[in-house]
Amino acid sequence: MTERPVPAETARGSADGGRSGEPDGAGQADPSISRRRFLTGVATFGAAVAASSAVAPALLTAAAPEARAAPQASATPQASATGSAPREPVTKAAHQWCMVIDLRRCDGCQACTMACQQRHELEPQQTWIKVYPMTGASGETYHMPRPCMMCQNPPCLYVCPVSATFRTPDGLVLVDQNTCIGCRMCMAACPYEARYFNWTAPPAGPRLPLPPTPEMPVPQRIGTVGKCVFCADRLPHGELPACVAGCPMGALYIGDLVTDVAVNGTGDVVQLSRFLDTNDAVSFKPELGTHPRVYYIPGHGQDLGESTP
Amino acid sequence: MTADLLRARRSATDAQAVPAHPLPVPIPEVREAALRPFGRPGRAYWVLVGGLAVVVAAALVAWIYQLREGLAVAGYNDQAFWAIYMADVITFIGVSYGGAVVSAILRLTGATWRGPLTRIAEATAVVTVLVGAALIVPHLGRPDRIWELVTRPQMASPIVWDFIAVTTYAATSIAFFVLPLIPDLAIAREQLGARLGPRRGRLYGALVGRWSGTPAQRRVLRSALGILALLVVPLAVSVHSVLGWSFALTSRPWWHESIWPPYFVVAALYSGVALVILVVAAFRRGYHLEHHITERHFVHLAYIMATLGALYLYFTFADFLPDAYVGQPGVETVFQAVLVGRFAVWFWLFVAAAGVIPLALVALPATRHTLGIVVAAGLVVPAMWLKRMLMVTVPGTYERVAGTFGTYHFTWVSVTITLGALAAIPLLLLLLFRIVPILSIDEMEELAALTGEADLRVAPQPLAAGAPTPAPIEGHQL
Repeated sequence: MTERPVPAETARGSADGGRSGEPDGAGQADPSISRRRFLTGVATFGAAVAASSAVAPALLTAAAPEARAAPQASATPQASATGSAPREPVTKAAHQWCMVIDLRRCDGCQACTMACQQRHELEPQQTWIKVYPMTGASGETYHMPRPCMMCQNPPCLYVCPVSATFRTPDGLVLVDQNTCIGCRMCMAACPYEARYFNWTAPPAGPRLPLPPTPEMPVPQRIGTVGKCVFCADRLPHGELPACVAGCPMGALYIGDLVTDVAVNGTGDVVQLSRFLDTNDAVSFKPELGTHPRVYYIPGHGQDLGESTP
Repeated sequence: MTADLLRARRSATDAQAVPAHPLPVPIPEVREAALRPFGRPGRAYWVLVGGLAVVVAAALVAWIYQLREGLAVAGYNDQAFWAIYMADVITFIGVSYGGAVVSAILRLTGATWRGPLTRIAEATAVVTVLVGAALIVPHLGRPDRIWELVTRPQMASPIVWDFIAVTTYAATSIAFFVLPLIPDLAIAREQLGARLGPRRGRLYGALVGRWSGTPAQRRVLRSALGILALLVVPLAVSVHSVLGWSFALTSRPWWHESIWPPYFVVAALYSGVALVILVVAAFRRGYHLEHHITERHFVHLAYIMATLGALYLYFTFADFLPDAYVGQPGVETVFQAVLVGRFAVWFWLFVAAAGVIPLALVALPATRHTLGIVVAAGLVVPAMWLKRMLMVTVPGTYERVAGTFGTYHFTWVSVTITLGALAAIPLLLLLLFRIVPILSIDEMEELAALTGEADLRVAPQPLAAGAPTPAPIEGHQL
């Protein structure tokens, strides 16, 4: 038996439906959810007390649904596009980067992995974007690329003892390899196994003597953690990440939740919110409350995560 | 007026305190035995110290090699990202807890038989926590940046909690070791006279200060030790709880268990008492302390160890049952691997070596003697390391997307560093007892005065010049 996460719900579904009937594994390391639920509980309790003591019941019963409205807010672009409350405080950032992975198109060629490894000078086992061969519940096979999920609620960030992992205003979770002490607590915390360590010194090659930056961590630093960065150095210039540009099938889209647009390597430009909504996009392991910024579009009958390799 | 009242009350307290704490009477045999390691060491001592120092030096060489080449030479990979060093850190800091808490709890409960054990127990606690904390260094990928834990701590991280808890605990256990030394060093200075030497003389002078053993000084020392003993217990609990939380605060199967922090605390106590038994037995034999440390001390310690062992087995069962019963995905796979799968041999070896056999050795009257207890403790310590290795490595190597297990391989580097840390414990203790008395002289004399000396003189025969024989006392006579 392998770990089977609870059947993934749609990103919207995970936001509202997932909370009420959440399985045992849910709510882990998720301060925002617990705070929200706490507030909901406080409001409900307050409403009950107030109703019994007949002190301003109207005010408090009005407050309770407001508190409960927060979990119904969705991070999916259609929500922000339709103007309902976003999941996190509205930032003034110009972009909120995300990725859409169309599992119907992925043929498992691993061109994305190779493009990424070439760009970031990685070892063969350092698969910052890894393509998992999956078998669905009814025996169908498919391939699932797994980059960093760029969680809105990243477990890896909370456990870092020296804040080497941080989140940019653009919603990217990055690692400063000039700060990382190599304790690997983040590797323990990441539910997606998306973090890789530099167990050996990177191969010496002819290059400018520039230190790695969080956006472009090349060359890798021995004894530090690395992971997918969405090619954060390219995004501000309108360039595609290496994996997206390298995907011959156009299965990978880089998107921006603010401008509501996504684009793949074969030139398809889509309206992000509509694209996710009409294709029933899901997120990976929504029960953990990490709120990934990577959305998967499953094929017919595919149930993300409900699979054995 | 108020001052008069206070003075009156204080003198009344003094009057009450005198019968409760009679002034210690010097016992020459205790003083001689406690200072025995100060004498000219024999050939065996130097061979032992030399051999242990070679192992420690080899570990340092291996660590330098690992620094240059990266953690890959210690067998690590992206699936096995935490392994042997983490298990070592937990084991070594864990055994420290045993020494500190044995000493603290026996002091708090007023166990009069503790006298000859406290110094060795406290010294073991200090040495093991220092070695355990040092093992964090090879565990880190960038030990050169360890200072960042001080300069830029991120307080939500369990690693920072670990750092704070371990340093606080280490400092307290050092204070708990040093404070009872004050009267002892004064005695040793007086006993040794010119044999003390200039370096020890300076150290003793600094530590002893103006101690002269007046009743007022004794009262201050007693209450300070009482406070420290009270502090050491919750601090040690905090250290092992946060070590448990560095696992339990992740969403990994088998790590994400609410029982893990108390589970770690009990594991630490259990293995720690076992190590105290081993260290006490070794120094008792090496320095012929059989007259003072008798079989009944081992039996008492064995009872504590067996109680903790039973508790640990119960916790182990309680840890597995809920998830094994419900069979959640992920946890089910990991438990299957541990209980019946590829790691089952090691798990059931642990159950035998740290559960069934030591408990039986202590429970059966036929084996409840010094040798049987030492064998039991000698099984518990390595088996508890094995258990930590399983707890760290099995869920760590479980790949949660594919549902497969990675592998960890021992290498000469990781094994040498582990053995070096292991050798550092007896090495540091052997060197330490050349500087400080191996028995807490003052405490033993005070307890002897308190209990009318009978309690300490279990072995009736006077200390012979040759090798004394251990007092043949049956366990059930206690």
